[in-house]
Amino acid sequence: MTPVIRADGLTRRFGSFTAVDHVSFSVEAGEVVGYLGPNGSGKTTTLRMLLGLLRPSEGRAEVLGYNTDREADKIRGRVGYMSQKFALYHELTVRENLEFYGGLYGVRKNGRVEETLSNLELEQLQNERVAVLSSGWRQRLALGVAIIHQPQLLFLDEPSSGVDPVTRRNFWEVIYRLAATGITVMVTTHYMDEAEYCQRVGIMQGGRLLAMDSPEHLKATLPGQVWEVHTPSLMEAFRVLERMPGIRRVGLSSDYLRAVSEREITPETIQRELSRHGIEEVEIHTTRASLEDVFLFLAGSSI
Amino acid sequence: MIRTWKLGKSYGNRPAVVDLDLEVRPGEIYGLVGPDGAGKTTTIRLLCGALRPTAGQVEIAGVAMERSPEEARRHVGYLSQHFSLYDDLTVEENLQFFAEVRGLPGGAWHKRSAEILAFVGLEPFAGRLARHLSVGMKQKLSLAVALVAQPRVLLLDEPTTGVDPLTRQDFWQLIIRLVGEEHITVLLSTPYMDEATRCTRVGFLREGRLVMEGTPRSLRQLLAGRVMELSGAPDEVIQRVLSQTTGVLSAQRFGDRLHLLLDPHHRQEAVEKIIRGVEAEGGQIVHLGEVEPLLEDVFIALSEGFL
Repeated sequence: MTPVIRADGLTRRFGSFTAVDHVSFSVEAGEVVGYLGPNGSGKTTTLRMLLGLLRPSEGRAEVLGYNTDREADKIRGRVGYMSQKFALYHELTVRENLEFYGGLYGVRKNGRVEETLSNLELEQLQNERVAVLSSGWRQRLALGVAIIHQPQLLFLDEPSSGVDPVTRRNFWEVIYRLAATGITVMVTTHYMDEAEYCQRVGIMQGGRLLAMDSPEHLKATLPGQVWEVHTPSLMEAFRVLERMPGIRRVGLSSDYLRAVSEREITPETIQRELSRHGIEEVEIHTTRASLEDVFLFLAGSSI
Repeated sequence: MIRTWKLGKSYGNRPAVVDLDLEVRPGEIYGLVGPDGAGKTTTIRLLCGALRPTAGQVEIAGVAMERSPEEARRHVGYLSQHFSLYDDLTVEENLQFFAEVRGLPGGAWHKRSAEILAFVGLEPFAGRLARHLSVGMKQKLSLAVALVAQPRVLLLDEPTTGVDPLTRQDFWQLIIRLVGEEHITVLLSTPYMDEATRCTRVGFLREGRLVMEGTPRSLRQLLAGRVMELSGAPDEVIQRVLSQTTGVLSAQRFGDRLHLLLDPHHRQEAVEKIIRGVEAEGGQIVHLGEVEPLLEDVFIALSEGFL
């Protein structure tokens, strides 16, 4: 089967700045793929090239079998895109927004607006003006607008930024329902817990795709051992561990520190080093690697 | 350091903040959390004097906002969600501009700006145009601007929304140092529960009211013994069984596992039903065990009315 997305050495330069640097990957039908990376690492630029909005400086990409450079018009009618700053008409109602965008895409199917309202659980709000909706409902409507024309592939660019944890979780339930109907989803996010729900995850840094694999495999590639270090002297301990030989990286996590170390490091060696700097009240446990550990390790170490 | 009494703000007849009694002590990092539209931003705007309350009072560092707004505001540094810097000014010029707006005398800001730029790590970029800064650097400059007039209280409205995990790490290290070294008191709102866990105390707002407040530890304690972690396959089977089990109030994904919130009165039977149910449907449970509740579990339970 042809992949839904195939990027081959995809590159984009702006003047002397390389925003996307020889990125290659493919995505199969029905996958939910997360695309992570620090701000400015080239995620949105990649999406814009895949949408045919931006021409690659080098390399090529095919989306749904069409070349993004030559056949962008064929791609646009078949993919959905929800950008970071989605445009909704605030003076129109929920239903009117869907009807308007449906019209733009030439949606003729009878009952498609009703179907979309029902899929996104927006029926109750269909006659409300967008201006009075909460950010969570607006986000859901923006998703509705992105899928009104029944795309086979959906690009979501930081869809859940700035909404509360419950709204965010409900939004992901909707994404999963869509994926279950066979839609392929590629989504950028800064929430590492969201990325854990994706079948595969790509990590970008400085325009390069450092890795793309299942969360499980990515976590297995993290070299060394992950530690939780609990102490009231959080920042003091942070500074000690930052300089300690054998500690590959240390970061804040909730109200404790997480450290990734080489295999030879034991809780006793960490304890001794902290104690040498006058930090006595310490509790250390081993823990499983999280995707955030992998992200911070990969994206943090290659700057 | 921050106090409010029966603080209220209504827009027309729509209440945004209701009867808010808040007391943030010197050196605390106070986290304001809650669903979208709960009144977090309105509260912060009331605290910095950008909005006038329709009821109650605000006091900053012992100064009443209503009686002496200018003096009270002098103690406050404020970073709003949509903070704008001047793109065509350099880092240093931005600082100078905002220092002058805050009424800092000409000579004083120069020394202060060098200190602040060193503190946030932007010293090497003092001459760079703001438009050429990365998102992380812009955020640090915004923080520097909020600090330029040496406030005793720093109010941050979702400072890390839309910011990547690396930049969030840097930003929090700065906040912790500010509290530790400069003895600044911080109140911030955040959608990230891992950040809220780092605060000294957390207040949960819902529909404009402070419905719960405490240290992260004490809030997590509210759900002690009620949260179980489950991993297994296939997902559809697990979800179906859980939705049919009374006693499971909610099931949420946490990474590659689920957190189940259990009704304390039906705990044991729920666990047995899940194990039997998944097995009967040909599924497999890899792991099922009690875990320490996270602040995110508490947030969900409060939002959904299970607490």
